[in-house]
Amino acid sequence: MSRRQLIVLAAVLALACVLPFLVSNYRTFQFNLVIIYAIALLGLNILTGYNGQISLGHGAFYAMGAYCTAILMDKFGVPYWATLPVAGAVCLLFGFLFGLPALRLEGLYLALATFALGVSLPQLLKYHQLENWTGGVQGIVIAKPEAPAFFGSLGLRLNPDQWLYFFTLAVAIVMFVLAWNLLRGRVGRALVAIRDQHVAAEAMGINSAMVKSLTFGVSAMYTGIAGSLGAIAVQFVAPDSFNIFLSIVFLVGIVVGGLASISGAIYGALFIQFVPNVADEISKAAPWAIFGVFLIGFVYLMPMGVAGALRMAVARLGRKRQNT
Amino acid sequence: MRNVGVRFGGIVALDDVSFEVTRGRIVGLIGPNGAGKTTLFNCLSRLYQCDSGDILFDGSSLLRVSRHRIAELGIGRTFQNLALFRTMSVLDNVMVGRHCRTGSGFFVNSLRLPGVAREEQATLEKAQALIRLLGLGPVADARVADLPFGTQKRVELARALACEPKLLLLDEPASGLNHEEVGVLGKLLGEIRDRLALTVLLVEHHMSLVMSISDRVVALNFGKKIAEGNPAEVQQHPEVIQAYLGGAA
Repeated sequence: MSRRQLIVLAAVLALACVLPFLVSNYRTFQFNLVIIYAIALLGLNILTGYNGQISLGHGAFYAMGAYCTAILMDKFGVPYWATLPVAGAVCLLFGFLFGLPALRLEGLYLALATFALGVSLPQLLKYHQLENWTGGVQGIVIAKPEAPAFFGSLGLRLNPDQWLYFFTLAVAIVMFVLAWNLLRGRVGRALVAIRDQHVAAEAMGINSAMVKSLTFGVSAMYTGIAGSLGAIAVQFVAPDSFNIFLSIVFLVGIVVGGLASISGAIYGALFIQFVPNVADEISKAAPWAIFGVFLIGFVYLMPMGVAGALRMAVARLGRKRQNT
Repeated sequence: MRNVGVRFGGIVALDDVSFEVTRGRIVGLIGPNGAGKTTLFNCLSRLYQCDSGDILFDGSSLLRVSRHRIAELGIGRTFQNLALFRTMSVLDNVMVGRHCRTGSGFFVNSLRLPGVAREEQATLEKAQALIRLLGLGPVADARVADLPFGTQKRVELARALACEPKLLLLDEPASGLNHEEVGVLGKLLGEIRDRLALTVLLVEHHMSLVMSISDRVVALNFGKKIAEGNPAEVQQHPEVIQAYLGGAA
């Protein structure tokens, strides 16, 4: 990392830390969701952006993570923070197992298989045999966690929204650092190599089948942990909040944010959280038409995503400085 | 590497072909288009399944080895129509070539455990040394897709060498190069062979290159071996002349 990148990163983190004290509780809640989506998008981007496997079903893993947390909290009284590793592990396993047969499928065919997962899971959650656990169509309502008393004794009074925001932020930082480590070394190179030229990748000794399944697992784990955090933030899970539209929105997020870019997950998350709101304010009658206009505008003006556009702008600025 | 016998039978692409490649030699594989040269390469790197026969490398069969383990055994290759990782830099391409000589996985990488940084540093140094050897220093950080064809061919060679192969398979390394570049390539291959103690199996249409650097030449036509010997012998072989010139020679 260059010094400039470190400065930018520190500034963003500082801003993220003071944000909940500057805006309303509702906005804090919205920014909490942005961070949650960023984790989900990071997971999908590892799979699609870096490894080249298209998924139209990541909403299913988000749902799986959310339900893990909700069921553990509701039925077993597990504290909210302890449900995250469980949700992550369950999604890692499911993602890996789903990835194994999906390996035989490439490109659009894989997209269809994941689409099948995305459309079927919400209905499975309504299945009456599972109703005891999932709450069926009604879903599950969970309690909002309070800030630990420990902070109060430090003289730092956080309301539940602020506390959850910081909790999510801390988890996100860990997840982003892990992803950055994973992607900058041997494994990250292998992922991109498989995406670019899978025959040559195998000739270089990359076990493509294993790497692809593991990537599917890791990607599902990220999205699952995001779902788990999402359930805690919203305090409610129901099958219909995880329909196929969610999966598509995730895909929109990584493309708008920037494929194969870690920071792209954050831009994408801001887009999928706030652009629908903005569109709604512009036209109550046809918000999705406005959303569509925004979307076309973004991909037209920034074909490499927001991250790609920023990278190019910085490079151009650097050249200009050299010339003068 | 001793006694690589390649035997196939039953399939049209390659019909009962056998030959040996002796350690430390450069063997040229020639033949008209469609003779089965690349098919043979793809059997060696396990992209194709042989229907009969056996391929022995260092005395053990390759047919029970899975595709991604070929590099680890010491067989590196380049491809006829370039198969580089196009969005990656030259340096990263060569570093991927080290994959089979390194071992850190998902878990230790994401935690960046101490061994990972060390392994990464060693990979970087090895890759940089190869980049220097092949004169790619000035373009090390460039994206491969932006480079001229001849340079990309050298990147592929560097990537193949990165896994420290004992046997290097080169599929038409001279195609698309101009006359001068072919001369440089010939010299380079001889140099690399001597310096890294390599065995080279070379598929090539550029006759003067094959004849000048090969210790032995094997000629294929319609999936059958039609001649084998030192370059001069093969050049004079009537069947080879017929295969190339056609008609009743």
